[in-house]
Parts: sequence; C-alpha cells; structure tokens
Amino acid sequence: MNRLGIIVVGAAVIFAIAVPFFLKPFGIYLISMWAVLTIAAMGLNLTLGYAGQISLAQGAFVGIGAYTTALLIQAGWPYPIVFISAGLLCFAIGWGLGYPALRVQHHYLAFVTLAFTTLVFLVLRNEEWLTRGIYGISGIARPTLLGWSTANARDFYFFCLGALTVIAAATWWMLRSPWGRAFIALRENPIRALSLGLDTRRYTLMAFAIGSGLAGLSGALYAPLVQFIEPNSFALGLSFNLLLMVIVGGGGCFFGPFVGALVAVLLPEWMRITQSYYLMVYAAIVMLLLAFCPSGLLGLIERVIKATRGRRGPDGIAPNAERANP
Amino acid sequence: MASFIQLLVSGLATGAIYALIAVGFTLLWQTSQTINFAQGEFVMLPAFFILSAMNWGAPFWLAALIGIALSVAILGLLFKIIIVDPMLRHGVLPLVISTIALSLFLKESVKDFYSSQAQPFPALVPSTDIHIFDAVISTQSLAVLAVAIVTVVALQVLLNKTRVGRCMQATAQNPTLARILGIPTRRMVLYTFLINGVLVAVASILVSPIYLAKFTNGETLGMAAFVAAIIGGYNQVRGAILGGVILGILDNLSAAYVSSQYRGAFPLLVLIAVILLRPQGLFGRIEERTV
Amino acid sequence: MCRPGLIVSVVVASLGLLSSAYAQSTVYMPAVLELSGSGAVSGTNFRDGMILAVEEINAKGGILGKKIEMPLLDTQSEAGIARAQVQKVLDNNPYVVLGPVFSGSVLTAMLLTQQAGVPQLVGGEAAAITQKNNPYVFRTSFGQQFSMPKIANYVRDGVKAKTVAVLWVNNDFGKGGRDSFIKEMASRDIKVVADVSTEAGQADFSADVVKMKAANADAIFVYLNEEESARFLKEAKKQGIKSPLIGETTLLGQKVIDLAGDAANGVRGHVGLTVDAPIPAVKEFAERFKKRFNYVCDHNGIKGYTGIYFIKYVTEKMGKFDSKLFAHTAHGIAVTPKEEPGILMEATWDQNGDVDRESFLGEVVDGKQKIVQILPKLGK
Repeated sequence: MNRLGIIVVGAAVIFAIAVPFFLKPFGIYLISMWAVLTIAAMGLNLTLGYAGQISLAQGAFVGIGAYTTALLIQAGWPYPIVFISAGLLCFAIGWGLGYPALRVQHHYLAFVTLAFTTLVFLVLRNEEWLTRGIYGISGIARPTLLGWSTANARDFYFFCLGALTVIAAATWWMLRSPWGRAFIALRENPIRALSLGLDTRRYTLMAFAIGSGLAGLSGALYAPLVQFIEPNSFALGLSFNLLLMVIVGGGGCFFGPFVGALVAVLLPEWMRITQSYYLMVYAAIVMLLLAFCPSGLLGLIERVIKATRGRRGPDGIAPNAERANP
Repeated sequence: MASFIQLLVSGLATGAIYALIAVGFTLLWQTSQTINFAQGEFVMLPAFFILSAMNWGAPFWLAALIGIALSVAILGLLFKIIIVDPMLRHGVLPLVISTIALSLFLKESVKDFYSSQAQPFPALVPSTDIHIFDAVISTQSLAVLAVAIVTVVALQVLLNKTRVGRCMQATAQNPTLARILGIPTRRMVLYTFLINGVLVAVASILVSPIYLAKFTNGETLGMAAFVAAIIGGYNQVRGAILGGVILGILDNLSAAYVSSQYRGAFPLLVLIAVILLRPQGLFGRIEERTV
Repeated sequence: MCRPGLIVSVVVASLGLLSSAYAQSTVYMPAVLELSGSGAVSGTNFRDGMILAVEEINAKGGILGKKIEMPLLDTQSEAGIARAQVQKVLDNNPYVVLGPVFSGSVLTAMLLTQQAGVPQLVGGEAAAITQKNNPYVFRTSFGQQFSMPKIANYVRDGVKAKTVAVLWVNNDFGKGGRDSFIKEMASRDIKVVADVSTEAGQADFSADVVKMKAANADAIFVYLNEEESARFLKEAKKQGIKSPLIGETTLLGQKVIDLAGDAANGVRGHVGLTVDAPIPAVKEFAERFKKRFNYVCDHNGIKGYTGIYFIKYVTEKMGKFDSKLFAHTAHGIAVTPKEEPGILMEATWDQNGDVDRESFLGEVVDGKQKIVQILPKLGK
C-alpha cells in the first residue's frame, strides 16, 4: 500500500470516528448498518472476488449467525462467547456445504447456494420451537462489555466500528501471510498454481468457509443492531444485495466491500424522492460497471488515477511503466 | 386414487410450463455458455409488453404478436448485443452476475413502471373443464401441454434435421472447431438467443392467464427453470423437458403427501442431490472439460 | 490503491443525513406506509383514507387549532425499510406515528416507537401486535384475536359445522390467523380435520384443493392473501369442492371477486369493515372517498379515515398534544359517532390497544359482496 493510500485510509478512519457526533439516531443507525454489512461483504469478497466462486448463500449465513446470537443471548450466554460461536458455526457449515459442492464445476456452486438459502429460510420459518418461526425474535438486548453498555446508538456504532477494524485487520494479515499469497496466486493463474502443486480445491474451500464465518460474525452484530429478526430478512434478497455490493465496490480489491456497502446503504437516502426506484438504479449501475469496469468503483478510480499519473509521469518514470498492484 | 390422478394431471400441466422455460435456458447454456439467471423474468416480461399494447388499444391477437416481436428483439437480440457479448469477453463469472443484476432490474422496472399488483391476463383458449378418469383438467392446461409438445418437437426437428440446426449443435459442442469448419458461429449463437426470445414469449402467453401477470412471477418460474434444467440434464434439450415434467409432478405430490410447510424444499433437495451425485443430470451427457 | 472515492462518498453521505425541523403551528404526524411493492394496495388505500380525514379536519381549523402535517414515507412493503423509516421520523419528534399496515413491518417498528414513547396507529391485524405489552400501539381494525371468535361463532351457529379444514398462507398474517382460529375451534369442540399451509405468491393450488376434498370437512376456512385467494377459488370451483368456503374480509373483498370471477360466488364470511355496510355514515364516507379519489376504497381506507378521527377525539379530550398522556387517555376510551361523526361507527379501544366495533357477516352473490347480518361488539 502506497503512502497516499495510507493517508486516505487514515483520514477515513478519523472521519468514521468523528461522524456519529454530527448525526441523529437514524444516521447513526445507517452507519452502524454499513459497518455490519461490510463485514459480510468482506467475507463474500474472499469467496467471489478472490476465489472466483459465486455464492448466493451469504445472506443465509448472516441469518444463521443472527439467529444463533439472538437465541444464545436470550439464553443468557455472555456476548463474546456468542460472537465467536456464531462465527465458528457458520465456518463449520460453510465447510460442510462447500466440501461436496466445490467438487463439481464452477457455476454449480451458485445453484447449490441458491437452494441452500431457500432451505435455510424454510427451516427458520417452519421450526417454530427453535426460532419462533415467522413471528421472529424480538427484544434482542445489546451487549455490555467489561462494564461498557452498548445500548445507546452511538456506543453500539463504536462497538461495530471496533469489530470491523479488528476483523479487517485480521483479514488483511491473513491475505499477506504465505497462505494468503498462495491464495491470491490461485486467482491470477489457476493452472500455473496447480502445476506448482497447490491444491486449488483446498484453498477455495477455505475461502468459502472463512467467508461464511465472516457472515456469521456479521449476523452476530446484526441481531443486536436491529433488535428484531425474522426469517424474511435473510432470504435471497440479502444475498443478492451483498453480491451487488462486492461487485460495485470492486471484487478482489481489499477495500471494495467498504465502498460497496457504503453505496448500498446510502443510495436509498440519496434517492429520497424516487426511493422505490433505488433497487432498479442499483442493478443498472452494476450492469454498467460490469460492462465497462468489471473491477468496480475502486477499479474505476484506480484507472482514472493511472491515466492522470501516466500523463504527468512523476519520479522520472516513463509514462507507460506501471506499478504492480498490491 | 382419484386424487392421485388429479395430482398427476395437474403436475403434468405445470410441468409442461416449466419444461418450456427450461428448454430456452438450456439452449442458451449449451450454445453460448450463457447461464441466464434472468430467465424467469424473461418469461414474466412479455406478458407486460402484451398488456401495454392492449392498453393502447390493440386487440389480443395483435398484442400477442407485438409481444413476441418485442421479446425477440429485446430479450433476444438486445440481450445478446448489450449484455452477453461484452460480458463474455471478461469470462463466465461476470456474465452470470450481470444476469443476476438484470433479473433484479427487470423485476423492479415492471414493479415501478407498470404495477405491483397482479393483472388478469386473457386466455388463449376459453377455460372449460374436461373430466378425464375422475380428474379435472382445464382446456388451458391442455393447451399448454399441446403447445409445449409442439414446440419441443419443432425444436428437435430444427436441431437434428436441418442444416442450421446441426450447425448450432456443432457450435455448442466445439466452437473453435466449428469456426474452423466454416460455420458462422456468431450467427448460430444469435439464432439461439432469438429462439429463446420466442420461447419465453410463448411461455408467458400460456402461463399468465393462470398465474396472473405479476412482477414476482419470475422468481418462482426462474427457480423452476434452473431446477428442471439441471435435474434433466442441462446439455440436452430432451433433458430439460423431462426435467420440467418431473419437477411439476414432484412438486404437486410432495405438497400433497409430504409436509405442506416444506413443499418448496423437496425440489431443492433433489437439485442438490443431482448436482452432487450426477452433475450431468438424469439424461445429460458427461461433458469433457477443456482447460 | 487509492481510496479518495471512499472519503468523497462518506462526506456527501453525511450531508444527506442531516434533516430539518418542523414548523410550530402544525402538528407533525408522519405516515410510514406500504406505498409500493406487494402491500401497495393496502398502503395506498390506508393513505387515501387518512388524507381525506386530514383534509376535512384541516379545513375546519385542525386539531386544537393546529393543522395536521402528514408527510408520507414508503416502506416498499419490507420490514427492514419500515424500521429504518420509523427510525428516521422519530428523530423529528412526531406526535403520533401512523402505519404501517403490514403486520411484519408493524412488529419491527413497534419497538422503536415504544422506546421513544410515541403512540403508533397501525393497520396490521396479526394477533401478536397487541400481545407485546406495548402501551403505545393502537389498532385501526380488529386484531385476529377479535375477528376469529366472531368467525368461529358463525362456523358453529350459522354453518353448524362439526368439522373444519383450514387453509392458510405461511406468513405472519396467515399464521397468526390460523393460530387464533384453531384455538377458537378447540374451545368450541369443533374438530380441525385438515391444516394446510401454502406459500405467499403460490400459483398452483391443485394439491391443496385435493387435500381439502379428501378431508371432507363440513366447512373450509380460507385465510390467504388476495391473489392466492382468487387462484384457490378458481381451482376449487374447477375440481368441484362441495363444502362451504368461509373467509375473513379479504376473501370477500372486491379484488378477489374481480380476479376470481364467478368462482367467488357463494363464499361467505366475516367482514370487519366494508363500504357495503348498511350504515348511513359509512355509505356517505364511501361517496366522499369515491368523489375525491375516483375509486372505491377497501377496508384499509376506512381504517385510515377512522384512525385519524380517533386521534383527534383523544387529543381534544386531553386538551393538549402530549404523546405519553395520549397512550394513557386512549386506553379504555369509547368513541361514538354522536360525539365524533368521523368515527363512523362506535368503537372502543381497550388496555392493549385493540379496537372493538360492530362487524358484519357477508356473502358473495352475483359478483358482489352482500351484507347479510350485523354482529354486535364482542365486549360491552
């Protein structure tokens, strides 16, 4: 990451910490939602952006995480354990689902995850004894950590922001590790990676499982944020939304999910007058982006910057020489 | 026993609809590696073209023709030129995502620009009921069955007995070789898109009187198309038809005899089982994968 | 990699999140409704009923001298968006929040209005809404726990059925109705011989009709949404179901009659609110509505209209605009048409926020809903 990148990220972090003090509760709710969805989108980015597999189950995993969290909180378990449990459970289920599903060809995972999401919805809705069925679970309390109560909107936002930072840092570190480097090599040239002895399936499976685990963590934050969960929130709509977020932000870019989630959360607000058209506009943007700039908004910005930098030719480097992408 | 026959008969009628939609889906997949997640919405849309034409005063038969023409032009030609061709350059993945976005776009457009309420749709044949062996089937369902069978037979004839059809099959099996042999592959691929445009329009006209024209129709129909195509075998048109019929009957039987709360789960479980155990589908051929 | 886009987005975003205050000479009563999506018909009817009431009241000077300000927000028929919109309006200190109509959306939003201490006037009918110990929620129509006893009485006394089959849609509306209905059947010693769930948006009802026929019950209780009701009725007619089909408001509504054609004839049931009621005040309201909006309103329009007048009555009783006192005053209140003509029919609100009124038994005859009997209030 170059110096300009560090400055930008640093400024964004400062902004993220300062902004809730200028917002009403609704605004704070929006940015909390952004933080929560970014975590899920990051997970999907691993599966989709890096490993190149289409998963339509991310929403279902958020749901599993949210329901696990809600039920365990109401059973009296302490939150940190609940949080980790939600992540681990989703990781395990992701592994179990991915193991057989990734054996088959590329595009089939999309259908398997499509079916899985609908099945999860049916179970959440029908098994009243476990999930309270269609009526949902209400009155989910926000956790108190080491004496600090997050019940207040602003406090809960900082909690989400903190979780996001920790998870993002962990993911960044993971991608920089030897394992992570091999994983990225997979995307760049799968055949070469295979010839070097990398077990593609193993890595893809890990990516899918980790991605699902992250969705579980996202759900663990979603439940106390919204404080009322019901099966409908975790159906295909959420999976599609997350998919679009990753694409819009830039699949395979580390910060792509951040931008994508921001657009998804704020677009309805920007389109206040024509709010019901929001999803249509969103889908149209995605199609246009895919057609002209498959690497999403971040890719678009990158291209613009490259173009201007190329013309100016700083540091005495010839205009056509390009720096390697991180 | 009477009820079992009724379920079988109704399942057959529903299955015929699924078959029609699955055939178009399979065709696109076979010939151009296009997995069209928007196939359900493609079936939902022509009904609204027709309703709009009728709102502007056209009689039904004219509106239907306009609907088919628009479907071929927009869902066939424009779809290929604007979405599929640019995307395929980047790979299958962006194309699939693009069709997912397209399905959302079409659904929301109809909801916003036409109506979110179900619209009654005129039937092709007046609906009377026929009694067969203690079961009742409506003439509409029979019409659906008839049209589906005719369409499939026509398609098979086209693909196997005509020169154009055989060129299309060659393009599907090995595009590079086909090109070397002098087959205008791009035109062949275009033909499949146009055929799909006709198929979805016909399916729309058959389905909408029963389902009522509504923007959410695409969800259930699309899902049914995918399941039918995969169960039957996505690389065989025959497979799509059988898959559709099996699905229709399975749907009805599971709703009646197994839990009604999990009626939607049964086809999905079969789908997962087929993908894991026999990915080429019940009637498909095992595909060789080139690197 | 550069991220200026990230910063720009956030800056522009926060500018969009700031909002303005409202004028002092009006009372702020925002409406959060299903104006698009699957609930659009209910939401728009409810909205138009309220608009008619607000216009009438404002023309006479408003409530206690202040005109009503009722901005409209769209939930797009989704619970998540409903919650967000209610959160948004609560930031501006409303007097009362109006809507939503969909039970799922109501349940989600209720928590927020309760936390804020703002009364919420809802159109939802799910029983759960008034079972959450929320002192701030008020219905505009019967909860399922009120309408189901009435239907159950009709099944027992009118149809004289000993066995009944239940067909319901598997969402919060359908499940709540089915649960209440089954409970009422149990307490009346009527056996439920079939209990079949269907999916929202379902198009093929042949399997369900087969099951209903096989159950051979004395009566079939149908609790589905409008389009599904129409499809079921058509299939039922096709397969020749003999048992009487009994329903609740929706099944006898004009929309279902329009979509089902003559398959709807013979359907009977309980109707909570209808413009076909043989009550002069209701008929005059229907006329005014038709003249103002150019269509015939359904029961949601009546809900919205009477709801606004309910708020007016309670506020005038208090003599001031006090959200918390509203909740206290409104519980147990009875409003008669003599004191407040806008209420159209006498109504009482109990300690849970449930409303009790007269209601009707109807039948679909020759493509029109006909009211056969007036049923008295449950309580009193």
